[in-house]
Amino acid sequence: MKDEVTREERIDNLKGMGCSRKRVEDARFTQGKGNYVDDIKLDGMLFGDFVRSPYAHARIKSIDTAAALKVPGVLAVLTAADLEPLGLHWMPTLAGDKQMVLADGKVLFQGQEVAYVVAEDRYAAADGIEAVEVDYEELTVLVNPFESLQSDIILREDLVAEDGSIPAGAHGPRKHHNHIFTWDAGDKLPTEEVIANAEVVAEESMYYHRTHPCPLETCGCVASMDKVNGKLTLWGTFQAPHAIRTVVSLISGIEEHNIRVVSPDIGGGFGNKVGAYPGYVCSVVASIVTGKPVKWIEDRMDNLMTTAFARDYHMTGKISATKDGKITGLKCHVTADHGGFDACADPTKFPAGFMNICTGSYDIPTAYLEVDGVYTNKAPGGVSYRCSFRVTEAVYFIERMIEVLAIELNMDSAELRRINFIKKEQFPYTAALGWEYDSGDYHTAWDKALKTVDYDGLRAEQTKRVEDFKAGKTRTLMGIGLSFFTEIVGAGPVKNCDILGLGMFDSCEIRIHPTGSAIARLGTISQGQGHATTFAQILASEIGLPADSITVEEGDTDTAPYGLGTYGSRSTPVAGAATAMAGRKIRAKAQMIAAYLLEVHDNDVEFDVDRFIVKGAPEKFKTMKEIAFAAYNQAIPGIEPGLEAVSYYDPPNMTYPFGAYVCVMDIDVDTGVTEIRRFYALDDCGTRINPMIIEGQVHGGLTEALAVALGQEIAYDDMGNCKTGTLMDFFLPTAWEVPNYETDFTVTPSPHHPIGAKGVGESPHVGGVPCFSNAVQDAFRPFGNRHTNMPHDHWRIWKMANELGLHD
Amino acid sequence: MIPAAFEYYRPQDMAGVFAILQEHGDDARVMAGGHSLIPMMKLRMADVPHLIDLQDVGGMSDVTIVSHEVRIGAMVTQADIIDNTELTAVVPILREAALQIADPQVRYMGTVGGNIANGDPGNDMPGLMQCMDATFTLVGPNGERGVQARDFYEAAYITAREDDEILTAVTIPLHSGGYAYEKQKRKIGDYATAAAAVQITKDNGSCASAAIAMTNLSDTPVYSEAAGVALVGGTLDDTSLKASVAAMLNDIDPTEDNRGPIAFKKHVAGVILRRAIERAWSRT
Repeated sequence: MKDEVTREERIDNLKGMGCSRKRVEDARFTQGKGNYVDDIKLDGMLFGDFVRSPYAHARIKSIDTAAALKVPGVLAVLTAADLEPLGLHWMPTLAGDKQMVLADGKVLFQGQEVAYVVAEDRYAAADGIEAVEVDYEELTVLVNPFESLQSDIILREDLVAEDGSIPAGAHGPRKHHNHIFTWDAGDKLPTEEVIANAEVVAEESMYYHRTHPCPLETCGCVASMDKVNGKLTLWGTFQAPHAIRTVVSLISGIEEHNIRVVSPDIGGGFGNKVGAYPGYVCSVVASIVTGKPVKWIEDRMDNLMTTAFARDYHMTGKISATKDGKITGLKCHVTADHGGFDACADPTKFPAGFMNICTGSYDIPTAYLEVDGVYTNKAPGGVSYRCSFRVTEAVYFIERMIEVLAIELNMDSAELRRINFIKKEQFPYTAALGWEYDSGDYHTAWDKALKTVDYDGLRAEQTKRVEDFKAGKTRTLMGIGLSFFTEIVGAGPVKNCDILGLGMFDSCEIRIHPTGSAIARLGTISQGQGHATTFAQILASEIGLPADSITVEEGDTDTAPYGLGTYGSRSTPVAGAATAMAGRKIRAKAQMIAAYLLEVHDNDVEFDVDRFIVKGAPEKFKTMKEIAFAAYNQAIPGIEPGLEAVSYYDPPNMTYPFGAYVCVMDIDVDTGVTEIRRFYALDDCGTRINPMIIEGQVHGGLTEALAVALGQEIAYDDMGNCKTGTLMDFFLPTAWEVPNYETDFTVTPSPHHPIGAKGVGESPHVGGVPCFSNAVQDAFRPFGNRHTNMPHDHWRIWKMANELGLHD
Repeated sequence: MIPAAFEYYRPQDMAGVFAILQEHGDDARVMAGGHSLIPMMKLRMADVPHLIDLQDVGGMSDVTIVSHEVRIGAMVTQADIIDNTELTAVVPILREAALQIADPQVRYMGTVGGNIANGDPGNDMPGLMQCMDATFTLVGPNGERGVQARDFYEAAYITAREDDEILTAVTIPLHSGGYAYEKQKRKIGDYATAAAAVQITKDNGSCASAAIAMTNLSDTPVYSEAAGVALVGGTLDDTSLKASVAAMLNDIDPTEDNRGPIAFKKHVAGVILRRAIERAWSRT
C-alpha cells in the first residue's frame, strides 16, 4: 500500500456500506444475457402444460385422453388417477392444508389444474390440451366468504368426517365446513370494555380487495431426473430453493442429497414464487416417467388466474379514544377469503401472518384481533405481495382507522398521528398484540416529512380548492394522502418462526481466495433486489476486501448453505446479518494471522478499513490481501490453513423499518381521473447499505402500491369467472402512469442487527397503498366521505363523487 | 397462449392474395400489423388455418396529399402517421389520435388499415374516419369500390367489407376549422373508456359545421349527426353544448365492462365530448 493513498481513499476503494455502488447484475440484465428458467434448454427436453377447468366449482364425471394421445408429439397425459398410486395427486400446502395437484373428482376454482399434457414441444402440448375431453357437472359457486360460511354447500368434502362432523384443522377448531381457522391475538374482554366506555369510538368496515403480485416472469420449472445416478435436478422460479428441496424430498420420497434445486435469475417474485405449485410436481413426475427433462412455464393468464393471489381481507374495526384524541383501544375482525385451498405462505404459527402488527405505529394500550379463514371457489394463495406476511393489510387497516377516527374527532389526521405515536424513549416497545418493536423515532420522521412538503400550506391550498369547487370555479379536487407505517420484517426468530417445521434462520458461507478475492454464498435468492451488489458491500466493510473482488452466489442448493429464501424483506435482516457475522469470523482469524506476521500479540493489532495495524503504530500493518495470501502459504503455529467461515444466523428479534409518506393528488370529479402531483417518501430502514438500491426499491414498491390502490385487482363474477386474467384488465402500471417520487430518509439503526440494517424492499408498498388511498379519500372528506374501498379506479372514484352528490 | 397450427403466406402482390383467398375461402384471412388478429389466434378465439401476411404486397404504404384530400395506404402504421409532418400539417387530428392508440411498440406494427377494417368497436381510427367523412377503398377480385366510413360498420367485427375484399386505402377530405380527439383510458395501451372525435368550423363567430363521432360506446363507432347539428348556428354556449351531448347520448349504447357501468360511461362520454368540442372550438 503506497503512502499517498489516504484512509478516505482506502474506504472508497472498498465500495462498502453506504456507497451507491452500481448493480453488478445489470450488465447481464440490460444486455439480455440473464439466465431465466425459460432460457434453460436441455437435450431431449419435453414440455408439459395443463388442461384447466373453465368452471369455478364442478364435479368431474370423466376425463377422456384418447384423442389427445393421438395428437402428433403428445407423449402422455397425466390425471389424478395416474398420480394417486404415487400419493402425489394431492400435496401439502405451506399453511398446513393440502391441495389437489390434479383435480381429484372435482374442481374448486376456475383455472384449476385438471390434467397435465406432456409433449415434444409447446405447440404439441397446446394442441393436446385442446383434445382432452373433460365432462364436468357444474356445482353452485361460492365466491363470497360470508355466504360460504352460511352455505350448506360443502366445498371440501375431504375435510368433513363421514359422520358429518368437522374435524379441527391445522390451526385449531373449525366452525363450519367451509371455515378454515379462527386465530386471535390480544385481550378480547378488556378491549371490548375499553371501547364500550370510551369517550369517542369510530367504527368502520373495509375490504382490502384481492390482487396479485404479477411478476414480469411467470412461474415455471425444468425437472430433470437422471435415472443413472438417481439424482433429480429442479430448476425453477423459487423464492426459497432450499425449502422447495425439502418439500420435494418429503413428498416424493427421494432423499434430499439426491435432489438439487436451482433458482437461476428470477424476474421478480413479490411473494408469488414462494409456494409450491402443481406444475412443479407434475414436471417432476413427468421427468421420472419419461426419463427426460420436462419444462413447464406458465403463460400470463395462468399466472394471474391460478398462482398465488394476495390480500382479499374483509376487515371490521373499532377504535376508541379520549375526546382529545388519545387512542385507548383497537379491535379488528377479519374474514379472510383463502379460495379453494389454504395455500397461504406464512410462518406456521401465524395463519394470518403478522396481521397482529395492526396497532401500527401508535401507542395503543389495549387491542384485540380475530381472523377467520374461509374457503371459497377462488384460486388459492394468500401470499405477501411485496410485504412481510399480511403487513400490508394491517397497515392499511390502521391507517384507514386513524383517518376515520380523525373524522369522528373532527381533527387533523396528521396531528392525531403525532399525539399517538410510540415515543422514541418507549423503545423497545411491546405492543398490545405482542410484538416487541426494536427501535424507532417516529416524531422526527413525521416532522421532517410534514415540513418538507409544507403540510400547512397544502391544507390551506386544499381549503381554497374546496371553496372554488363549491363556487363552481373548478371541477378538480385536491387530496392530501398521509401514511405512517411500521413494518415487521426479517422473519424470523426460530423460537416463533418456522415454515413446515424449518426454522427461519439464514446463512452465509465465505471463502477467501489466496489472492485476496472471495466468494460468498447465501441461503437467500435475489429476484431483482441486487443481492450480488449489496451483500458484497457488507462484506467489503466487514473484511476489508473490495466489493468488486467478492462474488456473491445464491440459489443452488448443492453449493449454497441452507436458508429459507427471500421474501418478507428478510434477506438483509437475516442473511445480511449472517453475512456480517461470517465476515467477523474471517476477521477474527485474520487478526491472528496479522499478529503472527507482525510479530506482536493478537490484542496488539486492530482492524482499520482494509488492514490490521499495530496499535499506536499505523505504519506497521498487513493488508487483508496480504493476510489472505499468508493464510494459504505460511505454516502458522496453532492456526489451520485457509480462510473460510460460515454463519447460520437466528435473529433475536424482527426488525421494524418505518416511514412517513405524503401524496398530493388532483382528482377530476367528472371522470374519476387522478393525477399525482407529488409523492414524498421518507424511509427509515436503519443502516443504509446502498442508497441507490434503496431508492430503486422505494420506487418499485411505490409503483406497485399505486397499482393496488388505483386499480389493480383480481375480480370474479358471480359464477367464479376471473374477470381480470390479462394485462388489458389487470392494471400493471407503466412509466406512463407513474409519477416522480421524492425519496428521503432518517436512520435509526436496529439495536440487535449486527450492522443495524432493517430491510427496505417492501416498506414502500406497505406504506404506499394507504397513502394513495388516503389521498383519494381525503379529497372527498370535505363532502362527507368517510371510507370507500379500493381500488380507486376511474369509475369507482366517479361513483364516490356521484354518491356524494357532486354531479349535476 | 399458443395458436393452433396454421399455414403462413406472404404473397408479393394482390393477385397472389386473391388466389389464396379464393382457394381457402373462410379458412383464410389477411393480416396487416397483426396486433389484433395474432392475440386472438393465440387465445384460440380466432381459428385461421391460412394466414395471409400483407407486408410484401406493394402499393399500400404511401401517404398522398393533394389539394382537397389525403390518401393513406392501408399498411401505413400509426408510427408513420405520427412521424409524417406533412400529413400532420394538413390533418392534425390524425396525429393527435394516433398518439393515443396503444403504446409506441404496438404503433410501430399496428396499421391504419388493420385498425379500420377489423371492426373492433374499441379501435380509435373508425370513429375518427367517420368524423372526417373518410372513404374506404375496397379491392376485390371483381375490382375496386369505395364505401363511406359512416356506412361501413354494421356490428362488432361485422363491416361492409366482403370476405374476399381487401381494404387498401382511406381517402380523407381536408377539413378547415378546429379539431380534437379526446380519449379517456385506464392506462397506456388500453381501449377507450370513452373517446370523441370532433371537427368544427366557425363562421362569423358561430358554428358553421360540426362532425362528431364516438369510440367504444356501442358495438360500432358512432357518428352522431344530431350531436353535430345541435352545435350549428350557435356560439357553443352551455345550452348548445348540453344539447349536443344529449343528442350524442341518444345515439350511443355502451355496455358494462371492467372500465365501469353504463351510467359511468355515459357520464364520461358527455364530459369527453364536451371537452373535445371546447378544444376543437378553441382551435378554430
